Amino acid sequence: MTSLPDKTDKKLGLVIDLDTCVGCQACVTNCKEWNTGGHMAPLTDLNAYAAEADGVWFNRVHTYEVTGSSACGASTSRTMHFPRSCLHCEKPDCVTVCPTGASYKRTSDGIVLVNEDLCIGCKLCSWACPYGAREFDVFEGVMKKCTLCVDRIYNENLPEEDRVPACVATCPTGARHFGDLGDPNSAVSKLVAERGGVDLMPEMGYAPTNKYLPPRPRKDTATSVPAKELTPVAATGFLGWVDKLLSR
Amino acid sequence: MHPAFSVIFFTTASGAGYGMLATLGFYAGHDALPQNVWFSITSMVVALGLVTAGLLSSTFHLGHPERAWRAFSQWRTSWLSREGVAALLAYIPACAFGLAWVFPALEWPARILGPLMIPFALGTLFTTAMIYRSLKTIHAWHNKWVVPCYLVLGPMTGAVFVLALSAGFGVTLKFLAAFSGALLAAGLVVKWLYWTFIDSTSAASTPATATGLSGTGPAVDVKSVEWPHTEANYVMKEMGFAVARKHAQKLRGIAIWLGFMVPAILIESSVMLPLPQLSFLAIPAAVLMAVGIVVERWLFFAQARHVVTLFYGAKSA
Repeated sequence: MTSLPDKTDKKLGLVIDLDTCVGCQACVTNCKEWNTGGHMAPLTDLNAYAAEADGVWFNRVHTYEVTGSSACGASTSRTMHFPRSCLHCEKPDCVTVCPTGASYKRTSDGIVLVNEDLCIGCKLCSWACPYGAREFDVFEGVMKKCTLCVDRIYNENLPEEDRVPACVATCPTGARHFGDLGDPNSAVSKLVAERGGVDLMPEMGYAPTNKYLPPRPRKDTATSVPAKELTPVAATGFLGWVDKLLSR
Repeated sequence: MHPAFSVIFFTTASGAGYGMLATLGFYAGHDALPQNVWFSITSMVVALGLVTAGLLSSTFHLGHPERAWRAFSQWRTSWLSREGVAALLAYIPACAFGLAWVFPALEWPARILGPLMIPFALGTLFTTAMIYRSLKTIHAWHNKWVVPCYLVLGPMTGAVFVLALSAGFGVTLKFLAAFSGALLAAGLVVKWLYWTFIDSTSAASTPATATGLSGTGPAVDVKSVEWPHTEANYVMKEMGFAVARKHAQKLRGIAIWLGFMVPAILIESSVMLPLPQLSFLAIPAAVLMAVGIVVERWLFFAQARHVVTLFYGAKSA
């Protein structure tokens, strides 16, 4: 049913640190690797080794040049890498527009999923998503999207430390965090509070679960460390005798 | 947005079909429909044919057309589902009316079934418009002018088609030429207001709100320097369509002249001039209008910008 749950028991999601992300694309690659054999498999690629290669990916990393001004008025410019994937919104229109009930939001953990057996491939959900999170599989004729690695996070066949989404498991800089954002005492919630985590396009009213940590502000001034002052050299010995003689 | 032919055909054809049903229903209610068996059969076949062809066409772009029946299930939340249900329900009064009109022995039910058909036809048009109106992600659709446009343009194209058929069969529907002219004028007005609106406003979202940086300082400029992929992906192909925008003004001119002005001039001159045989002008008017409205609908899709393009370097959406 495409009606949204009033509340979910948990709000599982990601916290992405834009200060730390180096744009290495490891999360993109591991996402594709896991999910092309996972819940929404396959993530079809077309012309993978030719011109106009196209394929289904759940995670895409953009790069931006962010220009602003510092507190002293000077222009600042920085490179920001920006991973973009499903935000598992609390009020996602992608679910409510679905005419067949294929799209749904789970009451237990808030994950937004697609039942591929019910999907007619009308693409309306992808139109309704502001974040470009849903990608249509032309080959399979159904819509696909991030599952928050629902087949990893509850998977008792995996060692406990691996029961996190593939993108989180692989991030070499620790820029991706996974947890329950509905629990104010969870590590991710504390991180969001501490770093001032934000929603993307809050004006859309989709109430995304995933949060982004903006780059830390740049320091306007460096700490002043003056060099040692020059002091007169006290000459000794022969040079001291000459100095004394000439100073007379 | 990518202007898929199937959806353009669906919205224009079914719009004209429901508009014809509403027009015929209106005249039936006033007992002003002529009893000409070929006119009635042809009108109903064309009206229901346009509706049916449009609905079938809308299933062609589905990934799984064989599962289309599932789309009737989620009418509680989905306007697309509601449209499916409304379209299905509209067949009941439309088919009943068609039988009553075609067989003169059943004349009196046509006078009741005709007006009954109007809310079903207009209701289905409304649900179609709401599919677009409800998408917050597309400023050119999520505004107050979309529903009036669909609710006027459907009956407008329908009335002109009925007029053309009546001219072809040599029957007269009183005031239909004047009525069509009024609808063409109203159509041009709402479409003009729609275009003025989308030209002068844009979505509240910006590259800064899309990347979560709007709160980090005054006048943060976010410039896309690298895409995540070298080739266009699904999101770009479906939502990033930009080919037609540079021709938008010319295409609007074509839509205005072919879709509204020329048909209105042809139809009204056929009424004004003292030559009854000029009524045939309604036929070229209908053909030109159809072309103009297809261009208009193509622009409705091609000019609609999706907020996801903000991630790909668009400055506004």
